[in-house]
Amino acid sequence: MIVAGEIGNGAPHLLQVENISKYFGSVVALNDVSAHANAGEVTCILGDNGAGKSSFIKIVSGVHEQDEGRMLVDGEDVRFHSPRDARARGIATVYQDLAMCPLMSIWRNFFLGEEPTKWRGPFSRLDVALAKRTAREQMAQMGIDVRDPEQPVGTLSGGERQAVAIARAIYFGARVLILDEPTSALGVKQAAIVLRYILQARDRGIGVIFITHNPHHAFPVGDHFILLNRGRVIGDYEKGTVTRDELVRQMAGGAELEALTHELEGLTASE
Amino acid sequence: MSTAAPPVASDERLVAIGLGKRLLTRPDIGAFLGAIAVFLGFSYFARDVNWFGDPAIWASWSDQAAQYGIVAVPVALLMIGGEFDLSAGVMIGSSGLLLGYLATHADMNIWPAMVIVLLFGLTIGFLNGITVVKTRLPSFIVTLATFFILQGVNAALTLKLTGQTAIQDIDTAGGFDSARRWLASEITQYDFKVKVLWWVGLTIVGAWLLSKARFGNWIYSAGGDPVAARNIGVPVARTKVMLFMMTSGVASLMGIIEALELRSMQSKEGIGLEFIFIICAVVGGCLLTGGYGSVIGTFFGAAMLGMVQLGIVFAQWDSNWTFTFQGVILFLAVMLNTLIRNRAQKAR
Ligand SMILES: Nc1ncnc2c1ncn2[C@@H]1O[C@H](COP(=O)(O)OP(=O)(O)O)[C@@H](O)[C@H]1O
Ligand SMILES: [Mg+2]
Repeated sequence: MIVAGEIGNGAPHLLQVENISKYFGSVVALNDVSAHANAGEVTCILGDNGAGKSSFIKIVSGVHEQDEGRMLVDGEDVRFHSPRDARARGIATVYQDLAMCPLMSIWRNFFLGEEPTKWRGPFSRLDVALAKRTAREQMAQMGIDVRDPEQPVGTLSGGERQAVAIARAIYFGARVLILDEPTSALGVKQAAIVLRYILQARDRGIGVIFITHNPHHAFPVGDHFILLNRGRVIGDYEKGTVTRDELVRQMAGGAELEALTHELEGLTASE
Repeated sequence: MSTAAPPVASDERLVAIGLGKRLLTRPDIGAFLGAIAVFLGFSYFARDVNWFGDPAIWASWSDQAAQYGIVAVPVALLMIGGEFDLSAGVMIGSSGLLLGYLATHADMNIWPAMVIVLLFGLTIGFLNGITVVKTRLPSFIVTLATFFILQGVNAALTLKLTGQTAIQDIDTAGGFDSARRWLASEITQYDFKVKVLWWVGLTIVGAWLLSKARFGNWIYSAGGDPVAARNIGVPVARTKVMLFMMTSGVASLMGIIEALELRSMQSKEGIGLEFIFIICAVVGGCLLTGGYGSVIGTFFGAAMLGMVQLGIVFAQWDSNWTFTFQGVILFLAVMLNTLIRNRAQKAR
């Protein structure tokens, strides 16, 4: 296992977490997890259901506070008490549930929490025209043509909704973009489109943290792979130091899977 | 960044939606049409009076509607924000009684007494809100408790302090006449109430807040998906507490208006109105699950209930039928809302 260190030139990582643990009552969701993300790279966090992936990103994005360990942004110690703190540091998260209100329009969702206003003081009001125009433009940049910004988000397809969430994060100046299982609910084609958004974000110099349980989605886009299992890091690889098959094998629990495969083969053979 | 952005112009997939269909996805339209229907209905059933054209009749049902509609504005916003306030009715009584007590037994001028009453309302709202936000209990339960606590206090304390079940002679206080002129007087020869202007004004403010202010976006999201909203950076807890404060604060304003209008206050005043406010909001398209609704629709909901109340009187029916009407209206409104919500979600 490679221990997370600094990048080659000694500059601090964009984001680094060290020895983080998180407990939910008696459940150990994360146990001594270290990881880092760099600008212009895709860091994949792989793990099966319940491995602690969501818990991990909820700490990084300020939803939960860690019970142990520390977090550094640009080499500076930080502690987030709310998602607002994380956003102020340029850490934007697209949650598994997408953090969108289905009955609200595209433009209202796009600007949720960061609404553009005009005029000051008691007359401060939403700049609706600007919000609608920007939402359309930003979505067009992701290759999605918004028919009507007043359309409720609940009427969009899964991939389109993912695009709204990613476009929103990028528009608001995300330096670190965290995506929690963005492809898990999508069909093959839509998943491929979302993978392309990930590369687009990377090419814009954003440090992408891509959480998934599917090594086939992670392998083609990742620069760096961290494997989680039962709240622990069980593998940490740079691109080129690991094969797709090795990732699949590790993900599936390695030896356990081999035993299972034998067992299954035995079953089918005896039929 | 290789994909060329497609032109953001007109799109062949953007089908023109018929006016009728577009209206059906608006929560306020149903309430408007419903109010028209009720109005036309009573112009038949109450045909012994000049229901259509007599300004005095308009004045009396609009008075009743304002009684419901003023507090229904914040109640609707609160419902859109995903919460209920069952103490909004009893707060009218508590506030009116407090004003009466300060004016008669503490010999205060009515204006500073009004300020104290409003602060009292905001405080109760703050307590409701902070309790709901901190304990994560359903607001239905928390405000039901507040309701019962205040109901007991209103009756017991009034009796203990005054020896009666009401506070009388509020008009003996200094400043009473000027306060009454602003809040509870009649503005035309037909006895239109100034209260009606407060109703219209608060509706405009509420509708503006919801659609044009940042706070409105927060209200929608606090009710639509509070976890998502918080995660994206919306101060959900603060939004909810403010909505509770607005509701109790406006209920206090209503208590003041009633005390000034009647010049006395019964200890049972306001009880039962909490459900009427909720019916107004539901008629206005507010979903019981939050995240959707309209202040303008709520306005028409209050108008509708005001017409029913007075229409039944003018049609000379047994006034107990009012409850039945209210129940039927609530039921129809919920059905219509479900339809509209499904349309908004599936659209086109
Ligand atoms: N809020 C919570 N309260 C209690 N247990 C939790 C909570 N969130 C996650 N857990 C537990 O922590 C473990 C890791 O969950 P999670 O981070 O959601 O995994 P993943 O996203 O990898 O599927 C699971 O056993 C889960 O039940
Ligand atoms: Mg998860």
